[in-house]
Amino acid sequence: MADLVLEVRGLKKHFSGRQGLFGRAAGVVKAVDGVDFAVRQGETLGIIGESGCGKTTTSKLILLQETPTEGSIAFEGRDVADLRGADLMAYRRAVQVVFQDPFSSLSPRMRVVDIIGEPLEIHTDLSRAAIRERVGAVLELVGLAADMAPLFPHEFSGGQRQRIAIARALATDTRLIVLDEPVSALDVSVRAQIINQLEHLQRALGVSYLFIGHDLATVAHISHRIAVMYLGKIVETAESDALCARPMHPYTKALFAAALPSHPDDPPQERAIAGEVPSAMNLPSGCRFHPRCPMAMPQCSEIEPALRARDGGGLVACHLY
Amino acid sequence: MNPVLEVSDLRTHFFAFGGTRVVKAVDGVSFDLRAGETLGLVGESGSGKTTTCLSIVGLLPRGARIVGGSVRFEGEELTTKSQRQLRRIRGRQIAVILQDPMASLNPLFTIFRQVAEPAFFHKQLRGRSLRERVHQLLRAVRIPSPEWRMREYPHQMSGGMRQRIVGAIALAGGPRLVIADEPTTNLDVTIQAQYLDLLKDIQKETGVALIFVTHNLGIVAKMCDRVAVMYAGKIVEQAPVRELWNAPRHPYTRALLGSMPKLGNKEPLYSIPGQPPNLATLPAGCPFHPRCSEALDRCATEAPGEFHRDGGVARCWLLDGKTEAGARRG
Repeated sequence: MADLVLEVRGLKKHFSGRQGLFGRAAGVVKAVDGVDFAVRQGETLGIIGESGCGKTTTSKLILLQETPTEGSIAFEGRDVADLRGADLMAYRRAVQVVFQDPFSSLSPRMRVVDIIGEPLEIHTDLSRAAIRERVGAVLELVGLAADMAPLFPHEFSGGQRQRIAIARALATDTRLIVLDEPVSALDVSVRAQIINQLEHLQRALGVSYLFIGHDLATVAHISHRIAVMYLGKIVETAESDALCARPMHPYTKALFAAALPSHPDDPPQERAIAGEVPSAMNLPSGCRFHPRCPMAMPQCSEIEPALRARDGGGLVACHLY
Repeated sequence: MNPVLEVSDLRTHFFAFGGTRVVKAVDGVSFDLRAGETLGLVGESGSGKTTTCLSIVGLLPRGARIVGGSVRFEGEELTTKSQRQLRRIRGRQIAVILQDPMASLNPLFTIFRQVAEPAFFHKQLRGRSLRERVHQLLRAVRIPSPEWRMREYPHQMSGGMRQRIVGAIALAGGPRLVIADEPTTNLDVTIQAQYLDLLKDIQKETGVALIFVTHNLGIVAKMCDRVAVMYAGKIVEQAPVRELWNAPRHPYTRALLGSMPKLGNKEPLYSIPGQPPNLATLPAGCPFHPRCSEALDRCATEAPGEFHRDGGVARCWLLDGKTEAGARRG
């Protein structure tokens, strides 16, 4: 497909765990263990899962902060592992990130103009004046005023800082932004501002988002498609509306059951599933979810289910279907 | 039935620079709570919800002082008690669960020692009966294999399990009131749901009264009987939970409800303009008026009092019958 921005195939990242003072090799942590997904132009793909499911490792792999153990990441049709020199710089320009906590992601010693201008200094040969102008323009794009550029981050509130982080991500000719829980650290009244702003920017600029989160309602609101991850694998993926209308994988159902009601009269959810996410160092045999699954069958502990087409579009990895 | 807790016109101020700068963190807060009831205290950071709770149990940080109002627990006034007297109440009749379980557990002591402490001091349990009590508490919070787990240290447990240990410590003294300050913020969603279900079960069994401090309206919808919405040190609206959702009276409450993403609804969220206020530089009049879409002229000059409407209370001039419709601003 021509409008595919990012295509991930069979992506794996294994870390060798070490134990004791001298670091005896002890087992392998399969943080990401064979993941496929694609992000189209102007689209938001939501990745949802609990801590330890590999969502952050996936984002690090895309940002080239980690090298994959196996599998490939293709950006606009080219494998990023083969990129060198100017092509690599172009990739780094096109793919940007916004982190969860804007209090630790912005350097307290840099002025806003330098924070947003830094990628421009590295990636373009714009003059100081042109950079200044561009910084003013992106600040206005995210709903701040251009004359805020000389200020330091501590002079801003949490929501404004997150806007600065988004402005920095947009400063170069960005095509994909990895949003790693961008609203979790913000006050409720400010969250809606940032979500609306992100949606507005996407419509205006056609930029794609990879939105990583754990709050179902937020992820479902902003995403066009959603991939549900559990222990390094995608267990279900579908259009956001189809997934919300009919979650099929027992883990997805469990996430919906654990979601908080939006009204006190909402029908009470069935009880939350028991147990906790097991350690990625010794994965359960067969389906990774079977020890917690209320629907588990004998074969679930033996055979790992593959992703198959599900009703209403999308894929699900479960022996029930 | 008498309320377990009656807070009336509580005022807690922070004093800085030798008392020359005063921040009114809690500014005239009143509510009461009956046995078995759950009150949600909702607000953004800096709205005074945590300071309200710390005032109740007398754990205010340096520089903060209760300057007015009263806190009556089972008919007894708490604000005039000494720390010594309060220590007998805290951990026994009133328990507090804080946000970060790692910070409320001592990493150097075993789980047994930490869970046993309230029963040791307040109930004078020793030896075998103490062990049995700890065992029973750990089972109550659904810790698997408690006899083995109680010999472990906090770092050996997951976040969800640690928070349940903190819950066991809170229950150890057999409290009548539990104050939970954002107890699930650091937990994963399925673990959060487990923990909330657990708290509900425990409440059903023991009839304990709960104050739930949170910024998450979903938790309030799931857990609470009544809600108090705080803004800039004041309760701007208080109502039974269904009333509040079905007929929110204060524009801030309406805005908060509108800004909540709902499953299966992709309409743009209502976004409240501006930032939560800085308590040191509050605007004149109603503190919410600069962000309010329905503000009247008088909102900028006069602070609204409380208006009672069908079981709820709200501080907003829109509810004043005397305010003329024509006085609305643009």
